Amino acid sequence: MKSKQYLKEKIIKNVFFLSSLASIFFLLGISFILFKEGLPLFREIDLKSFLWGKSWYPTYNPPEFGLLPLLLGSLWTTLGALIIAVPLGVSAAIYISELATPKIKDYLKLIIEMLTSVPSVIYGFLGIVVLGPWLQNLLDLPVGLCALTASILLALMAIPTIASLSEEALFSVSKEYKEASYALGATKWETIAQVTVPAAFSGISTAVLLGMGRVIGETMTVLMVAGGAAIIPHSFLQPVRTITATIALEMGETVVGSVHYYALFAIACVLFIISLALNLSADYFLYKLRRTSR
Amino acid sequence: MNKRRVKEKLAYSFLITMISIIILSIGIMFYFIISRGIRVINWEFLTQMPRKAMTAGGISPAILGTFYLTMGAICFALPLGVSSAIYLNEYAIQNRLIRIIRVSINNLAGVPSVVFGLFGLAIFVKFLNFGVSILSGSLTLGILILPTIIRASEEALSAVPNSFREASLALGATKWQTIQKIVLPNSFSGILTGAILSIGRAAGETAPILFTAVTFYSMRLPKSIFSEVMTLPYHIYALMTEGTNPESQVPIAYGTALVLVLLVLGLNLIAVILRNQFRRSKKW
Repeated sequence: MKSKQYLKEKIIKNVFFLSSLASIFFLLGISFILFKEGLPLFREIDLKSFLWGKSWYPTYNPPEFGLLPLLLGSLWTTLGALIIAVPLGVSAAIYISELATPKIKDYLKLIIEMLTSVPSVIYGFLGIVVLGPWLQNLLDLPVGLCALTASILLALMAIPTIASLSEEALFSVSKEYKEASYALGATKWETIAQVTVPAAFSGISTAVLLGMGRVIGETMTVLMVAGGAAIIPHSFLQPVRTITATIALEMGETVVGSVHYYALFAIACVLFIISLALNLSADYFLYKLRRTSR
Repeated sequence: MNKRRVKEKLAYSFLITMISIIILSIGIMFYFIISRGIRVINWEFLTQMPRKAMTAGGISPAILGTFYLTMGAICFALPLGVSSAIYLNEYAIQNRLIRIIRVSINNLAGVPSVVFGLFGLAIFVKFLNFGVSILSGSLTLGILILPTIIRASEEALSAVPNSFREASLALGATKWQTIQKIVLPNSFSGILTGAILSIGRAAGETAPILFTAVTFYSMRLPKSIFSEVMTLPYHIYALMTEGTNPESQVPIAYGTALVLVLLVLGLNLIAVILRNQFRRSKKW
């Protein structure tokens, strides 16, 4: 009886253990599939013309699979989004953490959280019907759907990540620092600017890294509003095409096992490596931060 | 002294301006979706099939498709995610493997959604030969929401005080009996909150189901888990990028957008209410 009970406990524990391995399994599975389907591209074209290729013409004869226009498209829209989202998100975090009363704090957090729950296709839709035409009128552009439009919408999607993690970082700055600053005669703002924000700096940087990870992997919004031209961007007012949008747009029309199919998996590998690097470094910073703060 | 106060005032007004810009943008978004969407939504819109190549009629197959896909995803991800969280919170001791599992969960949460779509295409659609179907789409979405479910469940489990477990163990209960009779019932509403939030997330995703589950136009409702489906988010995308009749397609897209936003925000609202109620009714 006793050993039967023991056996049952053991089996249950192992079932839970195996389930906990699922995340590793899926992450490894995803990397394996991406590389297995992406690497055959280099039987057809060499690595250099992929990485440094300046044009992406998958349907030309002979086709060209240059990563550069797509990678730069992703980086431009992401950079634009961060330029907008970091000041907004960090300001919101400072206000919520240092100045707002508890009740306003709760409301503001709830409102900003709403941005997370809105699906990305909705941002794309509003980009086409509202923001695009509006920007086109305002700036007198030939087309309203360009890198800037995408960056503005991506910024809105990055704000909750940046704001909530920065707020957490500001909140965890120890009270003694602030009190010491007040005791020296600093005003509240001087304390925020010269003590609290610098002390929370590594937490805020982590927040920005994670926000960047979210933005660079975003698909539907950029697919709908960035304009879709696979050319090397020279300005924010130009249509661009990101890695994610290219995969979403072209995967449906390719034949499994064709060079184009392999090329799409190869650019997905590049995207995967970038977002993995961002997440791993954010993870490492957070881990170190929590260790030292203990 | 005065100069420093002025500086402080300026800084505060800057912060308030920034936060107002955020709130204003959210306001504009919801204003457009609600004011334009409400004109289109009525009972027929919600319950009828689309007609005349998407330029008239309702969106019932898209609502149904979103329902099937999210239910499939949660059926797959909830048991797996909760078991995983139970191991991490109840059994695991801090070692390197556990650290690796946690890093994997965080990184899985950061994988771009379109990459999940490629994985689903290669594994479920092609390798396992499920085809473009509800099954492939549900499994893909299930993997996508797994990290959210694990994190929420773990948080709920760790909120149960250790004295509860100790009391149960002291009465002679085994570890599993303690988990089953004490820990899980006391963390139930927390886990439920996580599940509802994940359903909201899955319902709004488009990129992962682009190559694994959806079709633009279907005359019939799905018959089995191997059928293709229409979904709300994909319907919006398709209405805006395909077809040739924007005058009649854009209003339908507004209506669909309002339905989707109400669905997702409604689920989030339920989750928030549940969480608050749980916190208030806590017996410890």
